[in-house]
Amino acid sequence: MPGNQVPGDHVPGNHDDRFDVDAVLGDAGVRIVVCCGSGGVGKTTTAAALALRAAEVHGRNTVVLTIDPARRLAQSLGLNELDNVPRQVKDTTLHAMQLDMKRTFDDVVLTHTAPERAKEIFANPFYQAMSTTFSGTQEYMAMEKLGQLRASDEWDLIVVDTPPSRSALDFLDAPARLGRFLDGRMLRLLLAPARAGGRSVFNLVTASFGAFSKAVQKILGAQLLTDLSGFVAALDSMFGGFRERAELTYRVLQDPQTAFVLVAAPEPDAVREAAYFAERLWAERMPLAGLVLNRMHFSGVPTLSAPQSTEAAKILAESHPVAAQVLRVHELLMRQVSREAEVASHFTDRFLQVPVARVPAQPTDVHDLAGLRTIGLALAIRD
Amino acid sequence: MVTGKGGVGKTTVAAALALALASKGDRVLLVEVEGRQGLAQLFELEPLPYAEMRLGDTDADLRLLAVDPEEALLEYLDLFYKMGRAGRALRRLGAIDFATTVAPGLRDILLTGKVKEVTTRTDESGRRRYRAVVLDAPPTGRIGRFLNVTHEAARLAKLGPIKSQSEGVAALLRSPITSVHLVTLLEEMPVQETVDAMTELTALHIPIGKIIINGARPPLLTTRVTQAELKKGLVAAGLPADREILNGLQAEANDHLARQAVEEQLRAELHRLGRPVVELPLLSDGVDLSGLHRLAAILAG
Repeated sequence: MPGNQVPGDHVPGNHDDRFDVDAVLGDAGVRIVVCCGSGGVGKTTTAAALALRAAEVHGRNTVVLTIDPARRLAQSLGLNELDNVPRQVKDTTLHAMQLDMKRTFDDVVLTHTAPERAKEIFANPFYQAMSTTFSGTQEYMAMEKLGQLRASDEWDLIVVDTPPSRSALDFLDAPARLGRFLDGRMLRLLLAPARAGGRSVFNLVTASFGAFSKAVQKILGAQLLTDLSGFVAALDSMFGGFRERAELTYRVLQDPQTAFVLVAAPEPDAVREAAYFAERLWAERMPLAGLVLNRMHFSGVPTLSAPQSTEAAKILAESHPVAAQVLRVHELLMRQVSREAEVASHFTDRFLQVPVARVPAQPTDVHDLAGLRTIGLALAIRD
Repeated sequence: MVTGKGGVGKTTVAAALALALASKGDRVLLVEVEGRQGLAQLFELEPLPYAEMRLGDTDADLRLLAVDPEEALLEYLDLFYKMGRAGRALRRLGAIDFATTVAPGLRDILLTGKVKEVTTRTDESGRRRYRAVVLDAPPTGRIGRFLNVTHEAARLAKLGPIKSQSEGVAALLRSPITSVHLVTLLEEMPVQETVDAMTELTALHIPIGKIIINGARPPLLTTRVTQAELKKGLVAAGLPADREILNGLQAEANDHLARQAVEEQLRAELHRLGRPVVELPLLSDGVDLSGLHRLAAILAG
């Protein structure tokens, strides 16, 4: 089981620093794989490739939850329809769905409130703004959807992509932030006049809060405060539910049934972000299964060094121009290989226990099933 | 404004552009708003405070500012409502965090509002304090929403100061004073996002500047290579030329040609967008001040 207390410890078959992806995907005890990392490192592609491999190679009933896939990848996964339920991907046994943030939020409201109340909430401009643009809504709803999928117990394995946040840590923090906000003292104070039904609760209110309320009115206008108050009153019945669900999902993420897969590209920012994340998972006691380094470059001729190539290319420039060009290509590749190894070592030297899968850079972007299978195979190769 | 898909080197390009604008002795301000302390990392400085700091190690009068939405809100309250002490009390209550998250869009209005303030600030003689302000803006995925402040504000407030504030910002963003530069790599997804951002910004009537291709590499190969040709060359240079080496080098050459072909297509697609295109070379030794000056010289053109 990849669930553990030390990053990378007890990963099945982990006798070296190679991430045994197949051991995780094939482990019946692993029910959730969370792919995380900074934006632009191939997170969505990695999630889709892992899910496809789990379904096809390991025969597990798998669903992949994507957040914001590139258009062509979405098309190849059959995600053109945004109906917020898993659909089978054509020509595969895999199911896929794309998170519809607003719809997920609407569903939460519907499950927790009477239809009349729900209608009121949906009509509130504040709810409309919050369900589409609140900075933590997407993260919260991704976790909410994950919780729903897991609770249905319909899937052997759920692979989830995380939102393209400012920081890779946002999806861990945002649910708590949103929960605090919806559950917070501040809101309860604002809510007071609407809820108290004439009985003033404002004797509890501090002078600072009075100033705050005034400031909000000044900046945003009184209408907003009324809308906000109405919104909060309408959501009041759901407060407990929000917190409970966020906590439940959080506990599932700490459980050995979950495997976190960090995704990075061999670039300083991405690797730094991955290191923060590894530390954070460790602190939260969340099971980190391994690191995927995407877009790595390899040379088929590692014995011919960059300086050797430079030298030879100079000699051959006049007499053998084409061979000289090829040696220049090789020289640049060798430099890139060593630069990438250097960048990656900032992570691997610090987290010796975290196994690593290195995926070669693909000549073109991956946006079809064949490409995902290739990536899946590359993830699993351990030599 | 400098935007682009995450990971394309927006911060680097924004810094190079600021250096280029400052190269004639003008005072320039480089601003970040994402709370990432990307400027501090780039220039290897301690995390930046909410203050305009002059960059050392260079003759250019370049100042750096990391805008924090909370600080911007306090400053705004103080400026318009003289809420100095009350403001600090609010912070203790977590009210600032509340106010900037409670009202989606308020955050962006505060950030763009600060950018407007520094851009239009004048000295005693009425001259603009900064010749240019360069913003390391949010990535392409969020840029439309970030710049479309009036729309966000209209959802929140039909009347009141926030509405007039956002209208001032919107007018500035749509005026010829503003130019949004789109940074991309010669890779499929960043180019796609550049195309999408062009469409979005055009619809918002926000002026688009240049398309900047970052990390460009010159084409190294002009033609396919045969193993016989390669072997002759290696032997002439006194290098081993066994089957494995020939196969390996030929495969690398073919991959490179394939990559070059894709890049050529993407480059053509970018040129079709009808904006000026600038190419910045890959800085293979990493980004340092001298590298930034090199990029700045190209941008200053």
